[in-house]
Amino acid sequence: MKAVSHLAESCNAAGSFDVQRVREDFPILKLKVHGKPLVYLDNGATGQKPQCVIDALNAYYSAENSNIHRGVHYLSERATAAYEAAREKIRGFINARSDKEIIFVRGTTEAINLVAQCYGRGSLRAGDEIIVSAMEHHSNIVPWQILCEQIGARLRVIPINHDGELVLEEYHRLFNSRTKLLSITHVSNALGTVVPVKEMIATAHEHGVPVLLDGAQAVPHLRIDVQDLDCDFYAFSGHKLFGPTGVGVLYGRAELLEKMPPYQGGGDMISLVTFEKTHYNVLPYKFEAGTPHIAGGIGLGAAIDYLSALNWGQIAAHEHKLLSYATERLADIDGLRIIGTAKEKAGVLSFVLENVHAHDVGTILDQEGVAVRAGHHCAMPVMQRFGVPATTRASFAFYNTIEEVDALARAIYRVRKVFG
Amino acid sequence: MSDLDDLYQEVILDHNKSPRNYRVIADANRKAEGYNPLCGDHVTVYVHLEDGVIRDVSFQGSGCAISKASASMMTAELKGKSEAAAEELFENVHKMLTGAADDGGEKVGKLKILSGVCKFPARVKCASLAWHTVNAALHGDNQPATTE
Repeated sequence: MKAVSHLAESCNAAGSFDVQRVREDFPILKLKVHGKPLVYLDNGATGQKPQCVIDALNAYYSAENSNIHRGVHYLSERATAAYEAAREKIRGFINARSDKEIIFVRGTTEAINLVAQCYGRGSLRAGDEIIVSAMEHHSNIVPWQILCEQIGARLRVIPINHDGELVLEEYHRLFNSRTKLLSITHVSNALGTVVPVKEMIATAHEHGVPVLLDGAQAVPHLRIDVQDLDCDFYAFSGHKLFGPTGVGVLYGRAELLEKMPPYQGGGDMISLVTFEKTHYNVLPYKFEAGTPHIAGGIGLGAAIDYLSALNWGQIAAHEHKLLSYATERLADIDGLRIIGTAKEKAGVLSFVLENVHAHDVGTILDQEGVAVRAGHHCAMPVMQRFGVPATTRASFAFYNTIEEVDALARAIYRVRKVFG
Repeated sequence: MSDLDDLYQEVILDHNKSPRNYRVIADANRKAEGYNPLCGDHVTVYVHLEDGVIRDVSFQGSGCAISKASASMMTAELKGKSEAAAEELFENVHKMLTGAADDGGEKVGKLKILSGVCKFPARVKCASLAWHTVNAALHGDNQPATTE
């Protein structure tokens, strides 16, 4: 694909990261908003799509569209092959042992709900405890609360300190004989904190407790190796990884997935159905009832091809530079307080402006062409912890530039001017 | 005037900075809470209703400049009005905020200053939250009002 070779060229090991060349792969970045160049800093909500992903969707619907895993005709075989090839790309991308451990879902939210219902209801009992953290997205809180109500289990919460880091001493104290699951974020969506998950997983495993990682905010910034992390489940969304919306991935350790009952019943998840008894299909199909988002899966595969051609060392350095520069620039603004000052951060800069609500900041920034998120970021407990109703969040991707950080700072000065 | 200047007029910024009737009414006989689940804004509206007339009305809560100013202006406007007149005003304000008023919002008096909001669809709910809440208070609904 053109975009990929183009990128490979711009990411030569020797040279530095050429952000302007990368930007050419993303057609939306050429847009003007309210007469100003778009400055897209809402990557934590969703990533923009490179041309090769858009082309993959187009190519699928133009020349491959068919249902998968059933037709004997040419198109169905093409579509099945393309969809399964995408699964294999995802397996390689997160270094899973087998592609039967890669389950296509709608997104991170569905992945977590699947584990809560299939693993949780099967393996937890009344009185058992599930550990989450105080910096979780609602989608890593509510599915567990639903499970707790269903079976009489209990949620325990790892607290966070003033910098937005987990208090690990408290984490260690939460374990007891009733602890049955740990479900935590890899990177916080509201604060940007990178959680020391590898050490935490080791601790959990010492207590015989399996671990789910919410990787929605981690996959666009960090290289993920599920074997190295040694996690039991890893959930992420395709659309934050520059792929289509409506498709995501649950990685699960095969031994655990084998023991779990199916998520939904329907076509594709069975091997034999009679009115007396139904035999379920093998992994991963046991968890994939109904016609999936075929184009989405293929599009996610294209996004992974694109990302795999990038030099991730250079990306990490570029993103680190963006975040440090933005932190310095914004810290200079009178009355601006940064929320989330962990030592290890990725991609997110959340802040509050004295006497100005985040929504008003968001609206004025938008008039300057700067797209950010304003609100509670589906993490209301985090807002409570910091005593703020909402924050403004700038979230970065590798295609953002230093000039865009300057545009953000200028727009914040405009907010200050409006509010006096 | 740009859309932005239209939205953040001096009067609105002033109500945001020094909201009127931002207090609890001790002998309120109507009270309702309102939430905007999208952004987490919340407001509590207190009403002292006597013989079908709003003798006193106040609010407290947290939200953006638009929601605060709208609530503040609402309390100033509703004081002394009959329940029926308040309901009529609610209808007209709602029409103006959503851009559905055929007269451009002439029926709402001073509140016309909020008409700039209709150019910012994402902010309409901020401006209408207090109105939904007072409406719930007057109808004696037990459920918190939401903008959804």
